[in-house]
Amino acid sequence: MNMNYLEPQGRGAVRDWIFSTDHKRIGLLYLAVMTAMFWVAVLLGVLMRIEQLTMGPTIMTPATYNAMFTVHGVVMIFMFVVPGLPAVFGNFLLPIMIGAKDVSFPRINLLSWYFFIIGGALAVASLFLGAGAPDTGWTFYVPFSLRTGTNVSLAVFAAFLLGFSSILTGINFITTVHRMRAPGMSWHRMPLFVWALYSTAWIQVIATPVIGITLLLVILERSFGIGVFDPAKGGDPVLYQHLFWIYSHPAVYVMIVPAMGAISEIIPTFARRTIFGYKAIAYSSIAIAALGSLVWAHHMFTSGMGELANTVFSLLTFLVAVPSAIKVFNWTATLYKGSTKLEPPMLYALTFILLFSIGGLTGVMQGALALNVHLHDTYFIVGHFHYVMFGGTGFAFFAALLYWFPKMFGRTYDRRWAFAAWPPLFIGFNILYGSMLLLGLQGMPRRYFDHLPQYHVLHVAATAGSWIMVTGLAMLFTTLLRGLLKGSKAPADPWGGLTLEWTVSSPPPLENFEAIPTVDRAPYAYNPGRTS
Amino acid sequence: MFPDQASAFSSKVDSIFLASFIASAVILLGITAVIVYFVARYSRANNPEPEDIQGNLVLEVVWTLIPTVLFLVMFYFGWTRFQEMRTPPDDSMVVKVVGRQWAWSFQYPDGRWSDELYVALNRPVKLELQSKDVLHGFAIAAFRVKSDVIPGRSTYVWFSPSLLGTFDIQCTVICGVSHSYMLSKVNVLREDDFRVWYFRDGNAPKSSSRKKMSAAGSRAFGLLSDRQCLVCHTLDGTPRVGPSFLGLFGSEQTVVSKGKKTKMLADEAYLRRSIQDPKAEIVDGFPPSMPLIPLTESELDSVVAYLKSLAQPRARQR
Ligand code: HEC
Ligand SMILES: [Cu+2]
Repeated sequence: MNMNYLEPQGRGAVRDWIFSTDHKRIGLLYLAVMTAMFWVAVLLGVLMRIEQLTMGPTIMTPATYNAMFTVHGVVMIFMFVVPGLPAVFGNFLLPIMIGAKDVSFPRINLLSWYFFIIGGALAVASLFLGAGAPDTGWTFYVPFSLRTGTNVSLAVFAAFLLGFSSILTGINFITTVHRMRAPGMSWHRMPLFVWALYSTAWIQVIATPVIGITLLLVILERSFGIGVFDPAKGGDPVLYQHLFWIYSHPAVYVMIVPAMGAISEIIPTFARRTIFGYKAIAYSSIAIAALGSLVWAHHMFTSGMGELANTVFSLLTFLVAVPSAIKVFNWTATLYKGSTKLEPPMLYALTFILLFSIGGLTGVMQGALALNVHLHDTYFIVGHFHYVMFGGTGFAFFAALLYWFPKMFGRTYDRRWAFAAWPPLFIGFNILYGSMLLLGLQGMPRRYFDHLPQYHVLHVAATAGSWIMVTGLAMLFTTLLRGLLKGSKAPADPWGGLTLEWTVSSPPPLENFEAIPTVDRAPYAYNPGRTS
Repeated sequence: MFPDQASAFSSKVDSIFLASFIASAVILLGITAVIVYFVARYSRANNPEPEDIQGNLVLEVVWTLIPTVLFLVMFYFGWTRFQEMRTPPDDSMVVKVVGRQWAWSFQYPDGRWSDELYVALNRPVKLELQSKDVLHGFAIAAFRVKSDVIPGRSTYVWFSPSLLGTFDIQCTVICGVSHSYMLSKVNVLREDDFRVWYFRDGNAPKSSSRKKMSAAGSRAFGLLSDRQCLVCHTLDGTPRVGPSFLGLFGSEQTVVSKGKKTKMLADEAYLRRSIQDPKAEIVDGFPPSMPLIPLTESELDSVVAYLKSLAQPRARQR
């Protein structure tokens, strides 16, 4: 039997990890850092909710609150949701799923992790060093971000490095998919998760440099007053918003498309039948990546950018929602005449469909110009993107973790506890973010330290929801941690999956495959005899 | 579910929300019901022999077209009603709105400044929005209007108020520590009440913060309101961006001066210093955002005299 990738490799425990170029170990390195950062940001979120429990100051000052929502946003977005599925599961699984021994550039892969942790360390440092944590919101809108005395430059530089990490991962995935597929692994035999990673990688490579340059300009403007964005020097603050969203809107799809890919793996496995509409799902990923690059200004309908631009961006925004709807219908149809077993990953994946749909539909509402005016910059937006980012990407991340956990660690977790964590998580989630949607509808602006009396009841409800939800989260993570330490040994294919990762042992051997496999069928051909 | 419907836009915007909400709810409940049904009906126990159905072109086309059509309808209504929101009638009353960290002020066509907005029922108003410093967002939820306020350029909103009453104005773009206190009110008055307010004097009907005053007092009050002091300060004891003027004179103030906290008596010299050199001493607990607003010697005298008249023997400031 081959040595597995988790066994010591003789350089000492620490070096074995931090100098490893093995894509599987790098995936776990990301997972470790991301889990830690995720909990930091969750904690900030909980504290912010406690602050909203009463009117007036509750447990902190306005300055602290502003720092908290900024850092919560920066950490969650740049260090959890954007890298989330690609960096952990993409790194771990992409090579195995296409029958390769590693990614194309293993050392660049490790380098990207270093960019990631240095960026992360700087982001955390910006909290404590010098002038205090940035207080601009994660969007760093000028000219406020140019004027504020807080650590904006450092935080922005951190985001810049994190962007580099993302670009390098993207380049690696594109090359790997093009060059390293096993014999017989044609494009239409690729698992849908690979399709999703591939589409995402293009967005990462094309869009991220824009934000990189924009953030550098902010630093230059702060340090040397070059006057690109500052209206006092003849610059244009709306230009900044365009440049920011040219990246940050496609980044939304970097966050969600891989999540959709993971769902497309999980559903056929537990329904034990092929996916419905393989090509529709695969190409809709590409369509989302392409169309998604053309809708950035729907974040700016009230910025006075001009009526023609408003009209065009509104129309495109509605169109980009169509491919997502197609996916939802295809997933649903995949359950038809399946043979479904509701294991934990499946439960979380189906929950994803519901929560993501709520997020998507509330997003579509904001595409309607007249309605957008009322909802823009309110809690409705906050509720909406938490449904997408957390209900969507977050739940997909949990589903993926529950699904591939036995493969990654070679151990099993307690299924009953994974089920038990679901009700508090789901109920708390909906109370928390559902209240936010209602608050926004009533006009409660986002990023407010304090609130007016008419918003009080719903704020209290949201805070109560946050406590229920965090209980569920804690149960889920404890379950996984216990599985990691004490779980019984996992078989190679615990769920009956058909894609290549299930053909190797759990945890996978050091080099994935003893001999590169030859692929001779579609990824989810469960019942080759019974097709229609 | 909705806030007050206080302008002609309100119900139009709400109906878009309601229609798309109902459509969304039907779709969501439908999908959820189908999923639950399939999971139960085709469970491993009920259906041990699954079938590999690859797809169905007709279905794909149908469920691509249905959302597309639905979305285009939503786009259409959102777009046309938005056109209305962007087209103020020619006879609108134009009020200039200035946003600054962290207060709003409103200037009427006759040049008078006010720290709250007063408008007449069913009379269209166009607000021209300007910022003195960073981005702000001007929103009146009850009217369903909102616009970013951008330094260096002018943006606008317009509305026709349809409900008497007082509604909240909130800043919607993060602009610093007191962002959530960058609030004001819009008062919708009957046409004749509005005329009284607009043509007679600076006193709004039933406004709490103003009381009867002498001629000298009313000159000073006019100054305070003209020079926008009242955007940040009140006369009724509630702190706003800055401390209230009520009970200020003769009280003991904790101030931060050159990085050190000291206590000092708010005497006449202190008042003059605070106005002529606002950065010298910063009242503890407030941001250093008081601008230097030039006053002539005689204006300063009258303002200081007025502030003295607001002294309260046992006033407690925060
Ligand atoms: C943009 C908001 C703003 C405007 C406009 C403004 N102030 Fe102030 N003012 C403040 C703030 C904030 C403070 C407290 C911090 C400080 O001491 O500088 C303050 C402090 C003061 C104080 C000292 C109060 C105390 O409790 O010790 C006086 C007196 C004063 N202002 C008078 C005026 C006058 C008169 C005007 C108009 C000519 C004016 N302010 C306009 C924000 C403002
Ligand atoms: Cu503001």
